[in-house]
Parts: sequence; C-alpha cells; structure tokens
Amino acid sequence: METGTSRVKRGMAEMQKGGVIMDVMNAEQAKIAEAAGATAVMALERVPSDIRAAGGVARMADPTIVEEVMKVVSIPVMAKARIGHYVEAKVLESLGVDYLDESEVLTPADEVFHIDKWDFTVPFVCGAKDLGEALRRIGEGASMIRTKGEPGTGNIVEAVRHMRLINSQIRKVQSMSKDELYAEAKNLGVPYDLLLGVHENGKLPVVNFAAGGVATPADAALMMHLGADGVFVGSGIFKSDNPEKFARAIVEATTHYQDYKLIAEVSKNLGTPMKGIEISKLSPAERMSDRGW
Amino acid sequence: MKIGVLALQGAVAEHIRSIELAGAEGVAIKKKEELQDIQGLIIPGGESTTIGKLMRKYDFIDAIREFSAAGKPIFGTCAGLIVLAKTIEGQEEAHLELMDITVARNAFGRQRESFETDLDVKGINEPVRAVFIRAPLIRSVGDQVDVLSSYNGEIVAARQGHLLASSFHPELTDDYRLHQYFVDMVKAGQAS
Repeated sequence: METGTSRVKRGMAEMQKGGVIMDVMNAEQAKIAEAAGATAVMALERVPSDIRAAGGVARMADPTIVEEVMKVVSIPVMAKARIGHYVEAKVLESLGVDYLDESEVLTPADEVFHIDKWDFTVPFVCGAKDLGEALRRIGEGASMIRTKGEPGTGNIVEAVRHMRLINSQIRKVQSMSKDELYAEAKNLGVPYDLLLGVHENGKLPVVNFAAGGVATPADAALMMHLGADGVFVGSGIFKSDNPEKFARAIVEATTHYQDYKLIAEVSKNLGTPMKGIEISKLSPAERMSDRGW
Repeated sequence: MKIGVLALQGAVAEHIRSIELAGAEGVAIKKKEELQDIQGLIIPGGESTTIGKLMRKYDFIDAIREFSAAGKPIFGTCAGLIVLAKTIEGQEEAHLELMDITVARNAFGRQRESFETDLDVKGINEPVRAVFIRAPLIRSVGDQVDVLSSYNGEIVAARQGHLLASSFHPELTDDYRLHQYFVDMVKAGQAS
C-alpha cells in the first residue's frame, strides 16, 4: 500500500475535471458552495479582491477557518500557502487539507525558490502564465496546474491570455523535431523529459484549470471552450449580489459549456456580478500574476 | 458496440480511453436522450454530490433507472459506486438506488490517506493495481450481490447482475482488464 504517489495525487485532480472550485471564507459560504455543486472549496481568510483592497502582506489563512470549513463539507477542501513557504504548506497538510495551492494571490515568502512539492503526501496546484512555468512547477512536484489570470479583478482577459499561450506553446512543441526539443527545453527553462512528454502527448501530464478573473457563467464556459479542464472561481461568487444563484449558474455553465441556450437561461436575472478592474489600471506592483517565475 | 460515460463531471476521458482499449466505442453522455444510443453506461469518479445534483437537474435519475430496467449494464467507479447505491451511510437520500449495497463515503479518510495497492478481483486472473482516491467502501451487500474484491476485510468491488461497481479507479492505470470485464458483460447482455 502506497500513499502520496504521483498517480494518487494527479488522479485526485482528474476527479475534479469539469468541475468548479470555489473560494470560501467561512463555514456558511462553504455550505452554499457545496449545495450549489462545487467539486471542492478553497478555504481562505480573504478572497483576492479583498486582499487587493486591504494591501499589506497576505498569508496562509487562520487554521480555525480551514478546520471550520473541513468540518461542514464532505467535498475536498483546498487551502493556499505563500510561494516558497514550506512551513505554511506543512502546517496546512497537518490539518488534513486535501489540496494545497502554492499561490501568487498571497505575498511570496521566497523570491528564488518554490516549495519542493515532492516532499508532501498531499498534492499541490500551482499557477502558470505559460508552458515554461507550468512545466517548472510540475518538475517541482505540482499535480495540477491552473492559469494565473489576474486574481480579484473579475476580468477574464489575463486567464484567456495564459490559457491561449500555454495551448499554442504545446502545439508548437508537438511539431518540433527531437534536436529542436533540447534547445526548447533550455529556452523554456524546463526539464527535458517533461517537454518530451508534452511533445509526445500533446498535453500537460496533469490537469489544467482556469483561474484568475472568472466572474460570470459565460466566463467559465469561455475557459472550458479554450480547453480548460475545469474552473476556479475566487471573488466572483461571494462578491456577487446573489452568491447561491451565481454559484449554481457557474456550475451548470461549466458542465454544459457548449450549450449556449442553457448558458443564456442560467445567466438571466443573476444580479450584479462583482465589480471588475481594468488590467491596465493596475500598477506593476499590484499585478499578482507577475509573482512566481 | 457503444458504451457511454456519464459526462456531467469527473474523469470522463480516462474511461473512454479504457473502453476503447477494451475494443468498444466510448462516447460522452451529457443529455439523457443520448442514453438511447448506447448499450452500456459508466458512471465515472468525480464528486458524488456534484454528479448527483446535476443528474437531478437534468432528469437523469429516471432515465438511468429505465436504462437499468431494460437490463443494460452500468458500471460505477468511486463516485459512480456511490451514485448507484441503494443506501448511503449518514445520508437520508441516496441517488439512483439501483444496487443493493450500503456505502460509506470518504471511508478511508482525507486525500493524504488516499493510496494505491495490488488487489485480487474475482473473475480477473492476475492482481489489479487499484487506485483509491478519497474512496468509498461498501459496508454491506444484499443477497443478490456478488462480492468481487475486498481490501483489509472491507468490500471494494461488487456485481449485482448487470450492475458493476468499484471503490477504486481502474481508469487511472493502463490496465483495462476491468473495463474488458464490463465490455464482456455488455456483449453477453446483447447476446441474451
């Protein structure tokens, strides 16, 4: 009997496919998310848009919040640790969290090294803007990738950019000859064997979700249309007028992302989505997607 | 021969791959009308609460019960096993209530307790590599149910006539013998 194998960790992410993972800040929100059909919840002290508003250093959530959420739902519970913060990640693992997110939404704790994720029984999800970042994280042991997008903005444009870039880079790698692959591994700064796997299979070796700016059912469906395996919704749900209805609508739009009539139906009278931010209005220091490397 | 995989949420592509390795055609089923085109159905792993809600929302409960009543085989893995069960421990309401088994959800614990191991499965010669992810267990079975595999004395795979269920994920390995077993059930059903 073996725990924490790649198959067990990556398989856990496979079971999330076609699903919606929702940010929640307390037990009550977690119950709403589960009742709406979320496949997992991300337990946080503050959603990204509040982290933006509050400023200062954003850290791992208070373990009380994580435990409260774990107590009230039967679906998997995820939590975020700062980039490079090995101890926050170990603390969350000790609480029994099902999946760790080494996340750029929090303030990085290390500007050079990410966490050695092979050293954990619990799987990790990490953000990526391009194929290089995705494969570096997988090389460090990540079992699931998500686009970084631009969290807490309610603006889908960055998530679209990242998903399109990763997909176009995968297509390019697929068409390369073997000698070109050696040079491309150096260009991208990734392990050669992982790049060879992408060349042979035409996809990442782990699932790839969309995250960072999903604010409406149509946004979620757009990301699925672009090839995402599923969707993370952060501030989008509990910053909207009617979280329950919004959450259900996003779940349905994700499942039936090609059924436009259905998306129209679930999008009716949802109330106001979260207020968005134009990306160009963010100063470079405010851009969370530039954290990590 | 076409075998459908219920594609509301979960590991659909992996099952389709395994079905095709076992020599049948695999298709994703998103609408209940699509059940008419298939001879067998797999309910995949995923989150059983999510799959259960979406099945109700899109009227799959009665449609799959009719599918089963016509004697067409159904195979549930992990969440799919929960969805098939007559009784779910600690819950008042089950989902399809087709298979005479009582299941316990997340019976091994949280993700850190998830594991893989080699298991003997009745009807399959060599042991199967079984991947358990936040897996359920079968606590008890009715008279009509045949136990196919146990782990540490607990039931992890069973068959009741045309219904097959496993706690673990045969679709996550390259070994498609359990899918072959199911494809053979579908073939036998057509022949009779």
